[in-house]
Amino acid sequence: MKQETLRLRKTPFVLLGIFLVLWIIGISLNEPHRVLEQAKSICLECIGIG
Amino acid sequence: MELARKWVQALWFFLANGFWGFPITGTIYQGPLKIICSPGLNCYSCPAATSYCPIGSLQQLLLGIRFSLQNGQYFFGSFVLGSMGMLGAVFGRLICGWACPFGFFQELLYKIPSVKISIPTRLRWLKYGFLLLFVIILPLVLVDDFAMGKPWFCKFICPAGTLEAGIPMLILFPNLRLTVGWLYLNKLIILAGFTVWSVLASRPFCRTTCPLGAFYALFSRYKLIKLKFNEDNCTKCKACHKVCPVEIKFNETPNSCECVYCLRCMTEACPSDAISVEVAGYPIFGNKPKKNNMPL
Repeated sequence: MKQETLRLRKTPFVLLGIFLVLWIIGISLNEPHRVLEQAKSICLECIGIG
Repeated sequence: MELARKWVQALWFFLANGFWGFPITGTIYQGPLKIICSPGLNCYSCPAATSYCPIGSLQQLLLGIRFSLQNGQYFFGSFVLGSMGMLGAVFGRLICGWACPFGFFQELLYKIPSVKISIPTRLRWLKYGFLLLFVIILPLVLVDDFAMGKPWFCKFICPAGTLEAGIPMLILFPNLRLTVGWLYLNKLIILAGFTVWSVLASRPFCRTTCPLGAFYALFSRYKLIKLKFNEDNCTKCKACHKVCPVEIKFNETPNSCECVYCLRCMTEACPSDAISVEVAGYPIFGNKPKKNNMPL
């Protein structure tokens, strides 16, 4: 009879850490300001108009 | 569980499109919430959209990368990619099944009674091509005289953008109708195609075209929240094959990149408790050891 052992999977936390670092780098480069600027404006070309 | 999922999907639809003042203001939402990454595919040019679409924003940053570098700005998409990656590392394609407005739209269409057809398995690879080519390579490489690229996926493919922004914009601003050309027609045809296909087959856009789904699929083996397959409990009755909306044989490929975590296999089909939800290796839901197994 096999006994199941529980083991913490570490890979998700490593991935989370890598992308968190990327996210912080983006913030330090003031990228959110650019994203907000884009998201606030209507991109007609993007939606097939104009 | 399926009813609960539908409610969650509806809730996310209204959270991602929660600005209903646009008929009065006459423009799209422009508040600070638009700094938040929408987990599912949701066009930020939609008048009601309250967050930014990661696929749209990523293309916008990549297409203008030369221009921003010339101006001493280092915008290469790390903020957007970081947001997408964190969502992917925790939830993966669970977002497709629970929080994507366009996925919800397709699921509702599939409820319309009609002949139902399956989607050939090899078409699933197309979405990785769309992610690589239309979202990353073409916006980055094909640039005009001003060193600016185009948002290829949004401009030429995305049916979610046509549904949520293209059509509402023409209703909201009648003078825009004069500028409509072949491009808009092309996008309307793509939307109509996916609409009809969604009536006949389950989630065709998610399975064959969605670049965001393709990105989240890359995390399927390593994400925090996963479905766990207990091989000892499985009786190979294939009940999980029959209920799966994306035609996965769960007991054969438990880490499938196509799984959208609707949990129907676990809650509706499996009679032997062979499927459970785990977080970082620890079962949290649906885990009942077989009676003749040793206790943990």
